[in-house]
Amino acid sequence: MKLRANLAIGGGLTLLSLFVGVFGPWLAHTHPIMDANLMNAELPPSGEFWFGTDQQGRDIFSRVMYGAQISLTVGIGSQLINTAIGTTLGVTAGYWGGWWDDFVNGLTNLMLAIPSLIFALAIMAILGPGLTSLMIALGLTNWSYTCRISRAQALAIKSQGYVQAARVLGYGDMRIMFTQILPNTLGPIIVIATLGMGGSILAEAALSFLGLGVRPPSPSWGSMLSDARETITTAPWLSLFPGLAIFLTVLGLNLLGDGLRDVLDPQSRSRR
Amino acid sequence: MSINMPLLQVENLHLSLTTDAGSFPAVEGVSFEIARGETVGLVGESGCGKSITALSIMGLLRHPLGLSGGTIKLTGQEIQALPASELRALRGKRIAMIFQEPMTALNPLKPVGRQIAEMFVLHQGASWNEAEKKAVDALTQVKVPAPARRAKDYPHQLSGGMRQRVMIAIALACEPDLLIADEPTTALDVTVQAEIVDLMKELCAARGTAILMISHDLGLVTDICKRVCVMYAGRIVEQQDSEQIFNNPQHPYTQGLVASLPRLGMRALHGRRKLTEIAGVVPGITAYPGGCRFNPRCNRATEICKQVVPELEPLGDGSLVRCHHHG
Amino acid sequence: MLGFVIRRVLQMVPMLAAIALLIFVLFSVIPGSFATGQQDEGLGLDMAVVARMRAELGLDDPLYVRFGAYVKQLATLDLGLSFRSRQPVADMIAARLWPSLMLTIAAMGFAIVVGVPLGFIAALRPGSLVDLGLMVIAVSGLSLPKFWLGILLMYLFALTLGWFPSFGYGSGGLYHLTLPALALGVSPMALLARTTRAAVLDIMNADFVRTARSKGMNEYRVVVWHVLRNALVLVLTTIGLQFGSLLGQGVVVEKLFAWPGVGSLLVDSVFQRDIPAVQGCILVITLFFLVINTSVDIAYKLIDPRIRYT
Repeated sequence: MKLRANLAIGGGLTLLSLFVGVFGPWLAHTHPIMDANLMNAELPPSGEFWFGTDQQGRDIFSRVMYGAQISLTVGIGSQLINTAIGTTLGVTAGYWGGWWDDFVNGLTNLMLAIPSLIFALAIMAILGPGLTSLMIALGLTNWSYTCRISRAQALAIKSQGYVQAARVLGYGDMRIMFTQILPNTLGPIIVIATLGMGGSILAEAALSFLGLGVRPPSPSWGSMLSDARETITTAPWLSLFPGLAIFLTVLGLNLLGDGLRDVLDPQSRSRR
Repeated sequence: MSINMPLLQVENLHLSLTTDAGSFPAVEGVSFEIARGETVGLVGESGCGKSITALSIMGLLRHPLGLSGGTIKLTGQEIQALPASELRALRGKRIAMIFQEPMTALNPLKPVGRQIAEMFVLHQGASWNEAEKKAVDALTQVKVPAPARRAKDYPHQLSGGMRQRVMIAIALACEPDLLIADEPTTALDVTVQAEIVDLMKELCAARGTAILMISHDLGLVTDICKRVCVMYAGRIVEQQDSEQIFNNPQHPYTQGLVASLPRLGMRALHGRRKLTEIAGVVPGITAYPGGCRFNPRCNRATEICKQVVPELEPLGDGSLVRCHHHG
Repeated sequence: MLGFVIRRVLQMVPMLAAIALLIFVLFSVIPGSFATGQQDEGLGLDMAVVARMRAELGLDDPLYVRFGAYVKQLATLDLGLSFRSRQPVADMIAARLWPSLMLTIAAMGFAIVVGVPLGFIAALRPGSLVDLGLMVIAVSGLSLPKFWLGILLMYLFALTLGWFPSFGYGSGGLYHLTLPALALGVSPMALLARTTRAAVLDIMNADFVRTARSKGMNEYRVVVWHVLRNALVLVLTTIGLQFGSLLGQGVVVEKLFAWPGVGSLLVDSVFQRDIPAVQGCILVITLFFLVINTSVDIAYKLIDPRIRYT
């Protein structure tokens, strides 16, 4: 019952976010950057401006809708990179063992020793602000857990009879890894990727908030909150809606991830 | 309350397993008695319901298992429906239990002496100091060498046999009337098994403690117990004195069990033979056959066996059997 | 035992060296230099001045020479001079260490003191309304952006109700510490609640708990005598890992509340392209994380007798 609630609410919220992400530009009836009318600056929520307007008179609702695109792009993009790096390193390390395994282990330990936001910050400092830099930075920081899990799976499966049989039959390493090992790691990895997306979105928001992610006037939810700080007493609604958007999106992903975990990876903790 | 009143009376016990797919009978119509100081065995394969019968006597059954009918009486008093607090007063004090896996049955983070001492603090109001001294005495009684030192050890530092001795010390600490032993030797080496069994016999005989011994090992049970109940698929199918059950098993299942045991001297008597086995597998709880549950595997099965559940028939000398074609 | 502790502590050294190398390499390839950073801000510098600065700071030397010099500096605990302020980075960081530590410890303290009991309560009544409610709170706490929570707290408690100041360190007292610590601590609190709940549920189903019940103990005693310590051991590792997350996330909270810690120094330095300061901050923060992880590891081995007495 709890499982279904997780999947239902989580899936629902996530789908809503995706929907907004894809169809945002159509939902928003103004352009998030160009339609700035100082006459409309800092208006509270009303019939015309559902979420109110910001200092430049831009409609917050539209900006939030557009912001979804940014957050989701970063979230999905960085997770893809994460998963790619983590699975590749993990499966090969587990399967081939030897010095490569030692190297990957050392690298993973190194990555785990640096707090991830700090590392992402450092990379953003090098690459400069922007959407692609964000995806790369976040993609490079969070692969360690995926790596550990896929390595463990590779180790477990490697010694199974059917893998050894495949090798005797002359299957190449690549083929074995792709057809035998990878499918078995999918379950836990999907769970990690879903939960990781939530983390990436939070990280993107934090970095944009600091000014190191997506820069204004791009309607990233994080940078919107940063702008909103200046007018917190006069226009508090500016601080409310972007944050709420982040919260609901991440909540949806977390619930979905929890639900998926119960289904796909029952050995993990945190179940009922 | 007469002296002859049995210590434990289990009458028509029904235990069920509740799943999303419905309720299934795990144990049906199980009845037996244990007199004061008597040793009774409950034998059967894994999954026949013997362990949960034992747990139900202690009131330790948890969801999704539960009691769905029957009574359990301790010296005449019904205990199966007692409120939790009163049931707790019985545990450890009048009925005690030892379990199959001594490694996991003991708290890995506490010294064993402390875990024994808990019994004295709980039931005799002793202070921790007194209790720990008594714990060392208890260890001596279960023949653990260097008991004072051992009391400070953690479970992982002891061998399997020693841990089981600790479990026995815990169980017998407050001199209960009944000791339930759930497969106490299954996880132990064969040589250690004999020691543990002898220890149990000795200590319980000295204290007049009755034993309910649960095992899949018919040979072991007949060694320690005066009477044996054989269970199959949630029902008792035979009950006899252990001396007789080996020589004269009445139920086809018991006969199969006895025949499948390798015994000394058989080769001289019968020449070289393969070990006999009982064909087929134990049915799962959701797929019990109708009528007599043993019928798919029985070489004497006839139509009536598939339709009608045989009743437990007394056979005159105090033994019981549940079979249409016994003998 | 002592040998194990020493070994574990020594293991930190190569890790630290690897991190130092990594950071150094990362920042050597930075395209924009301090000089161009200054130019971006409109403080145009004469190219000749820039060239002289570069020579002075040794920025034109080959990589390995620079790294060698860097390592030599580190050995003497010298983190270099800030490009910006020409002050020793080590001093700058030292001044900000205590506020950061205080904030992190306060946040973690809150997380443990509130999260662990909540997790316990939820686990002791699984499936109940209490359990459900607590877990909903937990998953929400995990999904909240910390800086947004900070803004909300600021708006509600500082600007509207006036109970707390909305930014600043003040004299380092509870008055100023509360809001930032709460903003930082809610998320680890939620995670700890979930982890504790899972750990307790696992243990409640363990064989030795069944033995404890068979001894005739009431549930309260079962929990206190047998479940408590075993669960806490499991939760300890999570606490260690959470510290790292706190150190990272603390950067944002520090900036939001204008808290004078190492984190806000890091952010400022990144903006100003003050490389030595950035390197120094990252090194120090990572060092702390390393120390905490090692301590948790050692503590874990000390508490679990299975490892202590083998």
